[in-house]
Amino acid sequence: MSLFKLFDVASTGLAAQSVRLNLVSSNLANADSISSSVNETYRARHPVFAAIFDGERDDPAASAGVSVLGVVESATPLRADYRPEHPLADERGYIYRPSINVVEELANMISASRSYETNVEVVNTSKQLLLRTLNLGQ
Amino acid sequence: MLLSGQRHRFGSSPVRASLDNLFGIHEQALLLRERRAELLAENLANADTPEYKARDVDFRSVLAATEGTTPGKAPRVNHPRHIPVAWGGGEGFDEVQFRVPTQPAIDGNTVDPDTERGAFLDNSLRYQASLQFIERRIRSLLSALRGE
Repeated sequence: MSLFKLFDVASTGLAAQSVRLNLVSSNLANADSISSSVNETYRARHPVFAAIFDGERDDPAASAGVSVLGVVESATPLRADYRPEHPLADERGYIYRPSINVVEELANMISASRSYETNVEVVNTSKQLLLRTLNLGQ
Repeated sequence: MLLSGQRHRFGSSPVRASLDNLFGIHEQALLLRERRAELLAENLANADTPEYKARDVDFRSVLAATEGTTPGKAPRVNHPRHIPVAWGGGEGFDEVQFRVPTQPAIDGNTVDPDTERGAFLDNSLRYQASLQFIERRIRSLLSALRGE
C-alpha cells in the first residue's frame, strides 16, 4: 500500500525541518558569542535542502523525500568592536561579534516549525486513513 | 476490474458478475487517492527545497484512463487453469504533472503550502468517502448473506 510511503516521505520532511530548527537554535544561542579572532568567531549556519528521488529523476512514479545536502556557514562579514578593556580583546583591542541577524533567524524558526507541523499533520492523517482501511469490513 | 474473457471462464452468472463489480469505481479510486496523497505529501515535505517543482495528478483524467484497461504489471496468465487476477495497481503513474505555480519563490520552488494542505485534506476526505462506500457495500452484502 502506497499509504505507507507517506510515512517515509513525511519523516524525511520532519528530519530536515528538525535539522533546520536545530541550526536556528544554535544560531540564536550564539548570537552574542564574542571571540578574540576572526577565525574562531561563530558564523550563522543554514541547511541546504535537496529533493531525494527513490528512482530516476525523470521517472514520474519516483517518490521524492527531502534531505539535508549540507550546512553552509554565512559569509557575512563579522562585526569588529573596539573594546580594549574586554578580557577577550585581541592585541589591537578588538573583539569580534558574530553577524547573526536575530530577526531573520526568528522568521526562519517560524517557517521551519510551520513546515514541521505540516509534516506531522500528514503523518497523522495517513495514520487515520490506514487504520480505517485496515478496519474495513469489520 | 474485469479482465476481458474472465466472464467466459466462470460463466456469466449474475452473482459472479456482481461480485466482481462489488466495489465499483471505488477500488480504483482508492489506489489513485493513495498515489495522489503521496505526491501531495512529497510536495509538503519539499516546501522549502530550492528548485523543487510541485507535482500532482489530474484525478478525473487518470481515473477515466484507468477504467477498462489492463496495465502491464498484472500477473501472467499462461496456463488454461490460471485465474486472471484483477489488477489495478501501478495505473496512472505516468500522468503526473507539474502544478502551475501561483506564487513561485525566488529559489525556484513552486510549492504553495496552503494549496497543498487544502488538496491533501480534500484528497483524504475523498479517500474516506470511497472507504465508506466500500464498507457499506460489505455490510449490505453480509446482511444479505446472513439473511437475518
